[in-house]
Amino acid sequence: MSTQKTYFGSLEKYQKGAVEVLADDPKNYAFSNIFEVASTSKPYEKVAVGKNLKYVIEALRAEGTSPWFACAHDEAALCMDGEIEVHYVKPDQAPVAANKEGTVKLSAEPKGTKMGWVKIRRGHQALLPAGAAYQFRAAGKPGVLLVQTILGDATVEKWAEICQTKA
Amino acid sequence: MSTVANQQGLTDKGLGYKAHSIGGFRFERDEYFAHIFYPGGRHIMPVDAFLRALMRDVAWGFFYGTVNFDNVFGTVNHYGTVEMFIGLFNEAYRSTNRHHVETFESKDLKKVFEQMLQDWVNEGFDPFAAPDETGAPFGAKKGNNTKAIQRQRMVADRMVGLPGDLGYRTDQNGYPLNRQFQDIPTDQPEVHAEPGFEKDVHAYNFFNYVARSDVTWNPSVVSCVKDSQFCATTEEHILPITHGNDRVEWFIQATDEIIWDIDDRATGKPRAKVVMKAGDVAAMPADIRHRGYSPKRSILIVWENNDGTLPQKYASGQLKPYPVEF
Repeated sequence: MSTQKTYFGSLEKYQKGAVEVLADDPKNYAFSNIFEVASTSKPYEKVAVGKNLKYVIEALRAEGTSPWFACAHDEAALCMDGEIEVHYVKPDQAPVAANKEGTVKLSAEPKGTKMGWVKIRRGHQALLPAGAAYQFRAAGKPGVLLVQTILGDATVEKWAEICQTKA
Repeated sequence: MSTVANQQGLTDKGLGYKAHSIGGFRFERDEYFAHIFYPGGRHIMPVDAFLRALMRDVAWGFFYGTVNFDNVFGTVNHYGTVEMFIGLFNEAYRSTNRHHVETFESKDLKKVFEQMLQDWVNEGFDPFAAPDETGAPFGAKKGNNTKAIQRQRMVADRMVGLPGDLGYRTDQNGYPLNRQFQDIPTDQPEVHAEPGFEKDVHAYNFFNYVARSDVTWNPSVVSCVKDSQFCATTEEHILPITHGNDRVEWFIQATDEIIWDIDDRATGKPRAKVVMKAGDVAAMPADIRHRGYSPKRSILIVWENNDGTLPQKYASGQLKPYPVEF
């Protein structure tokens, strides 16, 4: 049986690789590290760390209680560090137009039916279902979420700050 | 066009293997090598490397873009048809006009490749496994390994574990934790769905699911947002092919480390080395080819945009080969 240890990253301890350029521009690779991004982000700031035309992946620092969010399409949240609850509400009235893409930040908890909640830890992936409103709650030490979604009003793009720019 | 397996090969030594032909290409194997004959020449590859690459090309349905078996031979997916080539992306072959390309219907080439795998993969050799996990492919024909070569790529419609979607991997259904992931946490998330919301309030242990994969370098879709696909895979040893992109894709290193060699897609000239550690995110531009090295089995998320219009948009220059400008 192998005794090799699996290495995870965390906010407290991570190593970052690099683009070692031979004949290229490192910016072409938009290279970043989600733990480093989350270590300098505001709580629940949705910082794009990947962008493929309209699609994005966002790194979020999960600390305390988030605003309520909603989205017209499915999203997915992968917990990379910490312990985070996700609480869901089915709004009585859709807070987001059906054809709008990306996450929308709500001003308050919408009126509606409680759908339930999940508690996720490192390595767990949660569905953020289309049409639901949801809120993240991290009571303990800050965590990190990786959200698969579409570029939206709440997405923050600050590529020059987070990516390797020099060889 | 011939797609039949021929009984007698040019290199035949009575080892029990058949030759396989399609168009002007003819494939033969002996104890150690795959021999690729084509109009104007002959190419040779170590048979273990050839079979591992062939397995990925078949399993991925020729994948996104170019599958370079080595720096000479490979395939280009045109999604319905496939180009099979010698030297198409090799500067020396191109500059001396020694390259050779033929186009086939995808289903015809897939059939020949599947026959070749069935014939050439011996009992005890699993081309999907890491070298430390399987036997050797060398020598005379000895049985086959049909179960290993007929694995289906796993694709979730929405997310793994949802009712009616792709199921979990467990000890009970034949997916134990891999030997190098014995320390992966297998705890389950707490899920408290109110009645009627079981299809929406959902979470599962992604690391536990991926760590039970019995294949290497074979992404399976775990979650989708329209055409955005998270394709999770366990990697160990060397990516058996060099993947030439026909669109931008992204890598998210979830555990451990992979080192990527990045070459120019068209010429093969080295452009960069990308060292990715747990938590690192990097784009693979649309004009490169890449090959990864994973010293320990690691978890990688390959993030793909499955929009079928993208290859033409990148090829025509309508889209730039890199994903963001800053």
